[in-house]
Amino acid sequence: MSETKALESMIGEEYKYGFTTDVEYEDFPIGINEDIVRLISGKKNEPEWMTEFRLKAYRAWTEMKEPSWFNATYEKPKFDKLQFYSAPKNTPKLNSLDEVDPNIRETYEKLGIPLEEQKMLSGVAVDAVFDSVSIFTTFKEKLAEAGVIFCSISEAVREYPELVKKYMGSVVPVRDNFYAALNSAVFSDGSFCYVPKDTICPMELSTYFRINNMNSGQFERTLIIAEENSHVSYLEGCTAPMYDEHQLHAAVVELIAMDNAEIKYSTIQNWYSGDEDGRGGIYNFVTKRGACRGHHSKISWTQLETGSAVTLKYPSVILQGDYSVGEFYSVAVTNKRQQADTGTKMIHLGKNTKSTIISKGISAGNSNNSYRGEVKFSKKADNARNYSQCDSMLIGQTCGAHTFPYIESANPTGKVEHEATTSRVGEEQIFYLQQRGISEQDAISLIVNGFCKEVLKELPMEFAVEANKLLGIKLEGSVG
Amino acid sequence: MLEIKNLHAIVESEGIEILKGVNLTVNKGEIHAIMGPNGSGKSTLAKVVAGHPNYEVTDGDILFNGESILELDPDERAHAGLFLAFQYPVEVPGVTNTTLLRESYNTIAASRGREELDPLEFDDYIQGKLELVEMNPDFLERSVNTGFSGGEKKRNEIFQMAVLQPVLSLLDETDSGLDIDALRIVADGINKLHGDDDGVVLITHYQRLLNYIVPDYVHVMIGGKIVKSGGKELAFELEEKGYDWLESLATVNGEAK
Repeated sequence: MSETKALESMIGEEYKYGFTTDVEYEDFPIGINEDIVRLISGKKNEPEWMTEFRLKAYRAWTEMKEPSWFNATYEKPKFDKLQFYSAPKNTPKLNSLDEVDPNIRETYEKLGIPLEEQKMLSGVAVDAVFDSVSIFTTFKEKLAEAGVIFCSISEAVREYPELVKKYMGSVVPVRDNFYAALNSAVFSDGSFCYVPKDTICPMELSTYFRINNMNSGQFERTLIIAEENSHVSYLEGCTAPMYDEHQLHAAVVELIAMDNAEIKYSTIQNWYSGDEDGRGGIYNFVTKRGACRGHHSKISWTQLETGSAVTLKYPSVILQGDYSVGEFYSVAVTNKRQQADTGTKMIHLGKNTKSTIISKGISAGNSNNSYRGEVKFSKKADNARNYSQCDSMLIGQTCGAHTFPYIESANPTGKVEHEATTSRVGEEQIFYLQQRGISEQDAISLIVNGFCKEVLKELPMEFAVEANKLLGIKLEGSVG
Repeated sequence: MLEIKNLHAIVESEGIEILKGVNLTVNKGEIHAIMGPNGSGKSTLAKVVAGHPNYEVTDGDILFNGESILELDPDERAHAGLFLAFQYPVEVPGVTNTTLLRESYNTIAASRGREELDPLEFDDYIQGKLELVEMNPDFLERSVNTGFSGGEKKRNEIFQMAVLQPVLSLLDETDSGLDIDALRIVADGINKLHGDDDGVVLITHYQRLLNYIVPDYVHVMIGGKIVKSGGKELAFELEEKGYDWLESLATVNGEAK
């Protein structure tokens, strides 16, 4: 009886979302070149400027090298073998849910994401992205009444070209990094949200990403704009079937907050993580960045990262406006052979800007979990402040936890506070709780949950249950 | 109620024998004190009775209410009514005292066929227990033992004992690290909790605690064995003479300490 085994059985509880949906796919050539980029653009009936954006990004990408500075090793994706666009057949623009392929509908139901609006959690609008295309967006009319635009990015390119043109690539430029450039060239779908001035978005928005096709990558693109005095909360969830091959997921997310606007962006990432020996699982290489353009604006990232074979992800905030606020709350759980190198960047440009970083890493099995964070105070950022807290918890003897904090200050009035701890889920802790009558599994669950509490409380309430479930609060597996 | 028979136990990872044939019987309504020098096996005895996974019982038996508990997990022993107040209470960050206690209370209640309490009922229930150890109610919302002073941790153990109402309490050096006022509070709490239907085993280094809690029996443990037992007056004798005069008793049968 060891606590390690019990915990492994908890975190490593069998992946419930590993099923495959049988759908017919449109034919699409393998590999990548300019013709393929044009073909993707053509599939989506995009205007010329969008095609040009993609081609510019593709050309930039061909000149870039795949990065290797992170604390993870993996076999590089074979771009010439990958299918960059994967759409189920017969999915033209849908006006009603009845037109959605019943197999796909069933998939979302199995995942616990009913698309029928009356069945939805109260007040959550969902955009469902299946492989490369958005399947359906719920509650569109209700949101439109409030003036909020929530649709797939493809639709936004066609319907709101001025907004997309103005903001896409303005936070994450096409040349930003290798995978951002690739995404800019081949992105297929994703969500678009625009909240006008003086508007509080009346419900939680959420996108549910599903990779189904074995050989395709998913390159989604999300753009959220919050105008003056507006507020929006957005959540994304991700799952994928179990395959022996790695699949690539390279997303770009851009957030823009104007004066007094607030964007809260939450992620529950549960891509398939691969098996005990590191076979299969998703490569999760994502660029997420928000710009606090306006004064007193606020962007908050909350993430619960439990899946993927390899995660490289640093949701960041550029604090341009004076008195703007950036927050990053993260729980990253790794087990088996998973590798996660994740953290944030807080770039302080405006005066009296403030950022908070709370990162909790839990490593088990043979996994490797790194926190990498950068806090930067520019010359003009008078009285900037940052508070960082990075805690690591180890379970067992064969996992690793690492912390790489970078702090750069060009302004002497700035204040940085950094705290870091590493602990091990100890036999003594478990014995103590067991002595109080609590079973071994419940004891571990209490300890892990307590460790992540500060982050979990930041998640929207509607998703707290899902988060708890993911962390293994409801334990079904038996103790090893 | 508790019968320890010729108990031998080793540290599992190292194979070193710590308990070398302990015999002890505790009946309802009794208070026993186990005293002895450092390293004599007192704390190990408490942990082995509670089922700590680091130790393996190689011989003998532990009976609780007539049944062997050697095969039971620590939580099952707790359900049976066994409580260990830890010498070094463990910190559990992010888990509040209330959360832990309610979970403990209800788990134990369920296993013993008692009624479970909902959060509001539980809140009423523990208010009275707080007073017993003169704890500030704020303390309930703090994380278990996290950032507590040594004295607070010890008081918390007795508070938990009050809430869980065990049948047998093993108190491992509950007096160490307490100043005189805290010692009095803790001792008063234990005295109030003890009645005709439960047993208490005090493990202590010093006679000091026994000024406040008067034991029915005092045992001296040296070299993994109980070498001498007597009434409360034995404690005074130890205070006066130390343990040296008893060392020879630990080497009978030619076995070194």
